Amino acid sequence: MNRVDGRQKVTGAAKYSAEYQLPNMAYAVLVGSTIAKGRLSSIDTKAAERAPGVLAVITHQNGPKLPGHKPVGKDPSQPQTVGSALRVFTDDKIRFNDQPIAVVVADSWERARYAARLVKAQYAQEAHQTNLEANKPNAFLPTQAKKNPKSPVADYQRGQVDAYKTGALKLEAEYVIPTEVHHPIEMQSITAHWEAPDRLTLYDKTQGTMATRRDFAREWGLPEENVKVIATYVGGAFGNGLHSWPHESAAIVAAKVVNRPVKLMLTREQMFTMVGYRPHTWQKIGMSATPDGKITAITHEAIGQTSTYEEFTEATLGQTRMMYQAPNMTTRYRLAALDIGSPIWMRGPGEATGAFALESAMDEMAYLLNIDPLEFRLRNYTDKDPENGKPWSSKFLKECYQAGAERIGWNKRQLKPGSVREGDWLIGYGMGVGTFGAHRGTSKATAKLLPDGTVLLQSAVTDIGPGTGTAMTQIAADTLGVTPAKVRFEWGNSDFARAPTQGGSAIVNTVGPAVQEACLALKDKLRELAAAGNGAFAAARKEDVTFADGYLTLAGNATARVTYTDLVKQAGGQAVTVESKPSDKGREYSMYSFSVHFAQVRVHQLTGEVRVSKLVSCADAGTIINEKTAGNQMKGGAVGGIGMALTEAAVIDDRFGRYVTKDLAEYHVPVHADAPAVEVYFVNQPDPHVNALGTKGIGEIATIGVAPAIANAIFNATGKRIRELPITPDKLI
Amino acid sequence: MNQFQYVRASKPKAAIEALARDPNAQFIAGGTNLLDLMKRGVMAPQKLIDINKLPLDKIERQEGNIRIGALALNGAVAEDKLVLEKLPLLAQALNAGASAQLRNMATVGGNMLQRTRCPYFYDTAMPCNKREPGTGCGALEGYNRMHAIFGFSDKCIAVHPSDMSVALAALDATVLVSGPKGDRRIPFAELHRLPGDQPHIDTTLGAGELITAVEVPDNAFTRHVHYLKVRERASYAFALVSVAAALQLDGSTIKDARLAMGGVAHKPWRLADAEKTLVGKPATDETFRQAAEVAMRGAKAFQHNAYKLKLGPNSIVQALKNAAAA
Repeated sequence: MNRVDGRQKVTGAAKYSAEYQLPNMAYAVLVGSTIAKGRLSSIDTKAAERAPGVLAVITHQNGPKLPGHKPVGKDPSQPQTVGSALRVFTDDKIRFNDQPIAVVVADSWERARYAARLVKAQYAQEAHQTNLEANKPNAFLPTQAKKNPKSPVADYQRGQVDAYKTGALKLEAEYVIPTEVHHPIEMQSITAHWEAPDRLTLYDKTQGTMATRRDFAREWGLPEENVKVIATYVGGAFGNGLHSWPHESAAIVAAKVVNRPVKLMLTREQMFTMVGYRPHTWQKIGMSATPDGKITAITHEAIGQTSTYEEFTEATLGQTRMMYQAPNMTTRYRLAALDIGSPIWMRGPGEATGAFALESAMDEMAYLLNIDPLEFRLRNYTDKDPENGKPWSSKFLKECYQAGAERIGWNKRQLKPGSVREGDWLIGYGMGVGTFGAHRGTSKATAKLLPDGTVLLQSAVTDIGPGTGTAMTQIAADTLGVTPAKVRFEWGNSDFARAPTQGGSAIVNTVGPAVQEACLALKDKLRELAAAGNGAFAAARKEDVTFADGYLTLAGNATARVTYTDLVKQAGGQAVTVESKPSDKGREYSMYSFSVHFAQVRVHQLTGEVRVSKLVSCADAGTIINEKTAGNQMKGGAVGGIGMALTEAAVIDDRFGRYVTKDLAEYHVPVHADAPAVEVYFVNQPDPHVNALGTKGIGEIATIGVAPAIANAIFNATGKRIRELPITPDKLI
Repeated sequence: MNQFQYVRASKPKAAIEALARDPNAQFIAGGTNLLDLMKRGVMAPQKLIDINKLPLDKIERQEGNIRIGALALNGAVAEDKLVLEKLPLLAQALNAGASAQLRNMATVGGNMLQRTRCPYFYDTAMPCNKREPGTGCGALEGYNRMHAIFGFSDKCIAVHPSDMSVALAALDATVLVSGPKGDRRIPFAELHRLPGDQPHIDTTLGAGELITAVEVPDNAFTRHVHYLKVRERASYAFALVSVAAALQLDGSTIKDARLAMGGVAHKPWRLADAEKTLVGKPATDETFRQAAEVAMRGAKAFQHNAYKLKLGPNSIVQALKNAAAA
C-alpha cells in the first residue's frame, strides 16, 4: 500500500507548520546572545522599536510574568529531565550562546529580521565551559539515579565489579562521538494564535501535540483543553520535536503582547543552538573473554554532555547490559553540564551512541581472539535477557545474522585487514548490532462510520515521516474489512483522541492497537445495528457475522446482507472512542526489537575517502504492517548511520563557546551520493506478547548499529581502528 | 538583512558607471554567495546592481583561445560541448563544485569572486580581519581544519573555496575586465591576492571594475586531465584539498604538465615547480611522488590541518595517476 499522504507531499499540498497564514498575522524574529555565560548588563531596543513595521520588542525587562513559572527545581511535574526547560525573557542570565535575549515582532518577517539586528546587548561575561573533554573530571551521577538506584541511568552491576581487569584476554578502549544535530529538512517553526485571552492555538512543529499542549497550558496556567496544537505534517524531526523549546515560548509571549497571531521560524543556524542535539559523549569499554570466545566481563562507562539548566539523560548503556551473555557486568553513566543548550534524543538516541562503543569493542575483541566477528557474537548470544533473567517476548536475531551475512557476501570477507583491494581502493566488511525496547503505551482512538460509508479515525498522534497515517489506515482497513480508500485517518491535532508523542519506536505498538480496538468496537456497534434492523442478524451468533468489502454478511445465509452505509443511515453515525492499554500479560517477558547491519566499504588508500558501497539492514521488528514505509524507515535510518559514522559533527570553538560548523555546507548530512542502495530484510514474525498486532517497532533499530558496522568495515579494509567519529579522510591517511 | 536599493543594469557601461558612482554598491549576478553573506550580516551593500541582463554569457571559440562570458552559468559551462571537448579539466572542476541547483544559478565571474568559507568570516560575533580589519584572525588559534598551508599571513589563514578557479589557474586563463578607466587583461594568477596585511581585499580588481569574460588559451590538455576533490562527503562539500592535473603525454613520457591545488591557500595555488619536475619524465608513480614532494615545499600547518601536509601530496599523486590513465 502506498503512503496515504504521498500525493499531498509531492504536490506541495501538504501544509507544514510555517505555512499557515492567519488574518492579521505578525512575524517574530529572535535575537540571540553572543556569549555563552554571564549576564545581560544592558539591552538597547530603541532603534529596533523605531524601525518600520515593528510592533514590539520583548526582553526580560518587559516580558510578561507567566503564571506557570514556578521556581526552578520546584516543579514536580517535569518529567524525564531534572531542571526546567529554558524560560525566555524572565531574567538577565545567559546560559548558552545564541540563547534568545529578545524577540522582535513586526508586520512582516523581513522587517522583523532587519529590526532584530538593531537590538544591541552588553554583557557581564563569565568564564564558560563548552569542552566535554576538559569537564570529564566534573562529571556527576544524574539526580534521577541518586534518587532511584533502579533508574536505568543508575550504576549497574551483575557478578563482579570491573571483573574485566583481571581477565586473561582483555580489551580497554575509549570511544567518542561528537555532537550531532538532527537537522530535519523542515526547520522549527510555530504560529501562535490567542483566539481568546484564555484560548491558545498553536500550529507547531512538534512530535507530540499532547505534550506541547500540556507544556504551554502549564506555562500559562490554563486548563489543557484551552490549548490546541496542530501538527498535521511534520517534515522530519528525528527527535528535535520531543521537547518544548525557547522559540515556542517566545512566539506565544509575542502573540500575547501584540495581540495578533505570530509566526516564528528558526533559521538553520538557530537549529544548531536551541532545539537540541545528540550530545557529545565519551565512552570507555573494558572487556575480557576466554580464548574460545566467551565474554567473561564488560565494563561500560559513559559521560554525556548536558546543559547547566536541565539534566538530559539517555540509555547509552542499555544495549550493553542485555545484548551478550556476560556474567560480570558493570555500567556507569555520568553527565557533564556545559554552557550549551540542552540536548534531546536524536534518532536511535543513546542506544545508537552506546552501540558504537559496544559493537566496535565486540569487533576489536573478535580480532584479539582471531575469531570471525559474527561467530564471536553467536558464541555470546543470549536466549534470555541477562539483565533481568526474563525470556524474550521474541528474538529472531540469529535469522537476521544469517540473512544479512548472505546478502552482504560475508564469506568474501577476510579476517586479516587490508586483504581485499581493487586498484587504490581497500575493501572491507563490518557488522554492527542494534536493539531497542519494544515499548508500548496507552492511547485512545476514535472511529466513526460516515454516511458515505467511509470510516473516519482520529488520533492526536503525529506523523513525522515514518508513515504513521498509512500504517494506521492499513490496520483499520484490515480490521474492518474495507478497502484503504474507505478509511480516512486524521492525525496531528491535540483535540483528537489522546495519543503519546511520536518517538521511541512506540507508535505502531501503541496507537496501532488503539486503532484496531476502535475498529473492533465499531464492528460490534455495526453488528448491534444490523441486529436491530434485521432479524437474521439478531438471531445470529457473533462469530457468524462477516465483515468484508463494506458489507455485513452471515455465514450460511446468502440473503442476509447489509451495507455499512445503510447502517449509518439507520443510526445517525455516532463515533466510538476506545482507550487501549497495554495488557499486563506480557510483563513476564523482556521486549526488544533487534537489528543487524552489514556494511561493505571502500577506502582510498591515498586520500582516505570512505565510500559505503553496500549496506544490508536486517530487522526483527515483529509484524511489519507496511513493507514499503517500514523499508523506507530502515533506509533512512541507515543513511543517518552513515552520517554518524562518516560525516556529521557540530564543532564548537571553546574560546568563544560558539559553533563553527553552523550551516548545511559545513555540517555534513549525507547526500545521495553518500548513500548506496540499502538492502532491507525483515524477519516479519509476529511477537506474541507485545500487542495483538505482533509489532515491535523499527524507528531506532534502523540507525542503532549502523555506525559501528561502518567503523568495523573500515578497520577490516585498512587495519585502522578509529574510535572517534566521524571517520573523516584525515583520520585514515 | 539591511535594507538596500536594487537596480538592474542593461549595458556593461551603465553597470560600471553605477558601481563607480557608489562606493557602497555591489554587483549581483547569481547571488549564491552574496545573498548568504547579506543575510548573515557579513556584507551590507546599500545598493545591488543586477548584472544578469548584460550580454556576457557566451561561450565561444576565438583565435587561439576559448572565451567564456562572465555571466555564463557554471552548469551551462560544465555541459558545453566546446568546453567538454577542449577544456575537460574545467568541466570536471565545475562539476565538482557546489550542487546542481547552485551551479544553475552561479556565474563564472561570481565563482571567481566568491568569498572564503572560513567560519570566523561568517560569524559576526567572532573576530575576523577579512570581515572587520583589525579584529584579529579567529582561525589562527581556532578551528583551522579547513585552512591554508601556503601563502597565509598572521592576519589571515583563510582559503579560497572555488573549484573552477583551480582549473583556470592551471590552464593559464586570463580574466577580461572593464572599468571606469577602460578594459584590461589580468593573468589568472594575478587576480586573487594573498592576504598579507590586507586580508579584507580578496582580488586585484579596481574600484568599479567588472569581469566580462575569461579566456583560456588553446592547449593540448584535452585528454589526460583530472580534477580530484577530496572532501568529507561525496558531493556538496568544500574541498579539504583539491588538485587540477593536466598532462600531455608522448607515449609514456610527460611532454607538458599543469598542476594547481585548491583548499590550501588564499588563492588557487599553481604548482609551477612541480610541473617542471614532471616534464620529460616517465608518467610513473615515482615521478608523481617526486613532483608532489616539490609541490609541498614551504607548506606549513596549523593545529587542526596538519593532515593536509600528507593529504596534499597524496592527492597530487592520485590526480596525476588518474590524469595519466584517462
